[in-house]
Amino acid sequence: MPELSYREAVRDALSQAMRTDEDVFIMGEDIAEMGGSMGVTQGMLDEFGPERVRNTPISEMAIVGSGIGAAMQGMRPVVEVMYEDFLTISMEQIVNQAAKHRYMSGGQLKVPLTIRTQGGAGWSPGAQHAQQVEAWFVGVPGLKVVFASTPGDVRGLLWSAIYDDNPVVFFEHRTLYGLKEELPEEIEPIPIGQARLHREGEDVTVVATGRLVHEALAAAEEAERQGVSVEVIDPRTLQPLDEDAIATSVKKTNRCVVAHEAVTRMGFGAEVAAVVQHQAFDWLDAPVERVGAKFAPLPFAPVMEEYVVPHAKDVLEAIQRTVQRGA
Amino acid sequence: MAKVEQRRGVSEEALREFFREMLLIRRFEEKVEERFRAGELPGFLHVAIGQEAVAVGVCRALADGDVIASTHRAHGHTLAKGTHPNELMAELYGKVEGCSHGYGGSMHLYDVERGNLGANAVVGGGLPAIVGAALAFKFRGEPRVAVAFFGDGATNIGTFHESLNLAQLWQVPAVFVCEDNHWAESTPESQHSPIRDLSKRAEAFGMKSMKVDGQDVEEVNKVAARALKHARDGKGPVFLLCETQRLVGHYIGDPQVYRDKDELHRLQETADPIELLREKLGLSDGEYETLDREVQELVDASVDFAKAGTDPKPEDALKNVYA
Repeated sequence: MPELSYREAVRDALSQAMRTDEDVFIMGEDIAEMGGSMGVTQGMLDEFGPERVRNTPISEMAIVGSGIGAAMQGMRPVVEVMYEDFLTISMEQIVNQAAKHRYMSGGQLKVPLTIRTQGGAGWSPGAQHAQQVEAWFVGVPGLKVVFASTPGDVRGLLWSAIYDDNPVVFFEHRTLYGLKEELPEEIEPIPIGQARLHREGEDVTVVATGRLVHEALAAAEEAERQGVSVEVIDPRTLQPLDEDAIATSVKKTNRCVVAHEAVTRMGFGAEVAAVVQHQAFDWLDAPVERVGAKFAPLPFAPVMEEYVVPHAKDVLEAIQRTVQRGA
Repeated sequence: MAKVEQRRGVSEEALREFFREMLLIRRFEEKVEERFRAGELPGFLHVAIGQEAVAVGVCRALADGDVIASTHRAHGHTLAKGTHPNELMAELYGKVEGCSHGYGGSMHLYDVERGNLGANAVVGGGLPAIVGAALAFKFRGEPRVAVAFFGDGATNIGTFHESLNLAQLWQVPAVFVCEDNHWAESTPESQHSPIRDLSKRAEAFGMKSMKVDGQDVEEVNKVAARALKHARDGKGPVFLLCETQRLVGHYIGDPQVYRDKDELHRLQETADPIELLREKLGLSDGEYETLDREVQELVDASVDFAKAGTDPKPEDALKNVYA
């Protein structure tokens, strides 16, 4: 089995879809000759040509909006918004247009558009190039939201996103692009709405997304050495959310930690905590602990950035807090 | 500056059809206003009285397969694009039989089968999708054109500039129809745009622009046909500036405190596109009254149809969120 990086896995999903389907094309800033600012689309211009690998102006409203128009005509565009921060510029098109055309038309239209974007701290770009804004989209009816954390997941989920008949906001994490995994050549689509159980455990459930999945797995290893057995779940799809997988796990472990890189306040973990308290209230032995960024924009100085965003030790501390509550 | 396009003939028969259609829109809008004031219509309504010639002139130049995106002032475009008054009125009453099945309302009128990709309540919101639709036509080598309607107010928003830039850059078959009625809600053009000739904005992107008297349906139709042919022939998008007049308020109930009443009356007397065409056609009172009666009956029937329509079940609100 070939080993693919997370970056190559994204490229592989795009390329295989474009090889098999003329309706799939990609557009975005610097994606052609340059191969994308993260190198995801490298080599694709050579294979597919400039009509299907379209460099765009720096023009996020038109990038997303023209993707919407092409999608409404039955194509399956995948547009790239270079940084999550720039989703703010295309917010109107995503929230008012992509998400609502089907609804406002009473079901006459479909918008099979995939909006790929990436972000994440850990390289000191400062406040406008690394935010994690996935939670903003989870509350918009009509959108699906995906955040994959491994090469296999990103490939299988991107395939499903492309072939979903709804607009999907597809989050990638910058620091994961180099992560490698052996994968079969043939893509195995991963259904949207299905969580992944990364690690089984008995004492605490950690529900983590993006980079924090890996931080949570590291924390679980350390907790294991301290005699605490940790289960780690990655929802992978934030909307729709696999509530059953989360509730089932918490009913087994009786404790829950939610972890993501975005700020804790109004973060995706707040929704998970609400789901857990409602569906597993009688099983909980401790308050749901939340791990996320401190409430500040991302700072530039590496020591400050390191301080603001969460790491494995923060997840471990949260795990320890829940087990210290006693039964 | 784009030169004002010269007149070429449209058959009298066609003009008479245009007249009937414009009169239908007018009577429809008057009925909407009446029913809104009677408390029968929910929501927020904007009528297109005064701008009928743009809707009819442009839509009657479209070919089968062409698509449009409309604005908050959408009733005229929707009727002109072929939606039956019954379906439109039923939508305004929030009925299942409505053209958006009760999910859209006045500002979100859709009729996809007839090429209406939706009215948009966000000024400028529909323009980028028209570029994308046109891109899809180009990809597939289909001889279709995508048309965006919008007002002068929309030429100040980012989507306008991004859409025109991208359309011209990629030479997609799109026509951007600017209905310049000189008002962005209550704000006059002099307060919202530093230039008087909005076609300069399109020309700045290198886009072909055409200008037309939007109160003259014959002119609009003729120039729109040329714009559409240009786009359809693969020569790139066109900006079509239609000088028009909003002869009523921004919304139903707008007291228009911001507007000079004498000037408004003058426009109502001199710039009514229906009166102008009636004169041009030399319609006798008898002919006019016959046509008027016909369209009035259609409009009345649409109200009956709508009132007899089916209310959606409240829980239907949870359908159509996802495909």
